[in-house]
Amino acid sequence: MGILEGKRLIITGVLMDTSIAFHVAKIAQQEGAQVVLTSFGRTMKITSTIAKRLPTTPPVIELDVTNQEHLDSLAERTTEHLDGVDGVLHSIGFAPLGAFSFMDGTWDDVATAMQASAYSLKALAVAALPLMSAGGSLVGLTFDAKFAWPVYDWMGVTKAAFESTNRYLARDLGKLHHIRSNLVSAGPLRTTAAKSIPGFEEFEKVWGNRAPLGWDITDPVPAAKACAALLSDWFPATTGEIIHVDGGVHAMGQ
Amino acid sequence: MAQSEQEILEGLAEIVNEETGIETDSVELDKSFTDDLDIDSLSMMTIVVNAEEKFSVRIPDDEVKNLKTVRDAVTFIHTAQG
Ligand SMILES: NC(=O)c1ccc[n+]([C@@H]2O[C@H](COP(=O)([O-])OP(=O)(O)OC[C@H]3O[C@@H](n4cnc5c(N)ncnc54)[C@H](O)[C@@H]3O)[C@@H](O)[C@H]2O)c1
Repeated sequence: MGILEGKRLIITGVLMDTSIAFHVAKIAQQEGAQVVLTSFGRTMKITSTIAKRLPTTPPVIELDVTNQEHLDSLAERTTEHLDGVDGVLHSIGFAPLGAFSFMDGTWDDVATAMQASAYSLKALAVAALPLMSAGGSLVGLTFDAKFAWPVYDWMGVTKAAFESTNRYLARDLGKLHHIRSNLVSAGPLRTTAAKSIPGFEEFEKVWGNRAPLGWDITDPVPAAKACAALLSDWFPATTGEIIHVDGGVHAMGQ
Repeated sequence: MAQSEQEILEGLAEIVNEETGIETDSVELDKSFTDDLDIDSLSMMTIVVNAEEKFSVRIPDDEVKNLKTVRDAVTFIHTAQG
């Protein structure tokens, strides 16, 4: 029996088959979960085609995580496919190009990044809450926000807010709803989002050398496995946590 | 199953038409996706993903930037089909 047997999951963020979320969906299905994907706008078509590459083709429903109408109707639209939800994956990141230049980034750039990439964790949790009456697990993906990185700039600040949002969600979803909220802090992976960051190669170069376990920027499976584990019942007393899946870089000095 | 370059061109033209509304006849070998057909990066991603399904090939992300003209894409798919 798989570790996600019988679990009903909403998985956001599948764009291409390089997406971290694609691999979470794949592993989740292999481990026995029932999956619904979300996508939005013009990327709906791409997600629907890519969804056919999963072991079982899941339904794709529309969710722009910055669109209040989409959020308000998410629960109702999900019930067409699932009779409840045990877990939600937040695998969403977006920032305008200007946000990747720290001293030049405008408030408009930063506000857009914050809404789509940090506040969206809370927005998604609230949207899914009506379906999670039996408790469950919320999992998101971060890039270690303790440090100032090259080129990550306002997206780094946004991830710091995202990590804090995770802790507040742990507080407010834990007590009242018995829902856990945790993040996986992944090392750099060559996905569509990553490639749209100018100068992302800078991370790629240093990471493998600094990681005691080494690091493969083309392999999202380690990060996806951690997400699957956090969505399962195997972390029943863990919330507000950040699990690093980065080859060990976060623990090293020089 | 390998297809002829003409068959690939026709299939690709259908995909481009479905995504962008551009007439299939206008999808000619020497046309550039961006400059002549005015296809943006998101449409290009959609076209690539659909072409992968239709022609049973993989077009790696790093390859996509080399596919400037329709001919580049047809040739790549033809070669990839072997
Ligand atoms: N790739 C990396 O190096 C890396 C490292 C650590 C953390 N992460 C995080 O992993 C998550 C997934 O990114 P990825 O690397 O798999 O890239 P990806 O491009 O495959 O996925 C990003 C997803 O965000 C979605 N998205 C963007 N704006 C949205 C909106 N308004 N509403 C709904 N969805 C929206 C996109 O459609 C896409 O599916 C992000 O949170 C990212 O910050 C990535």
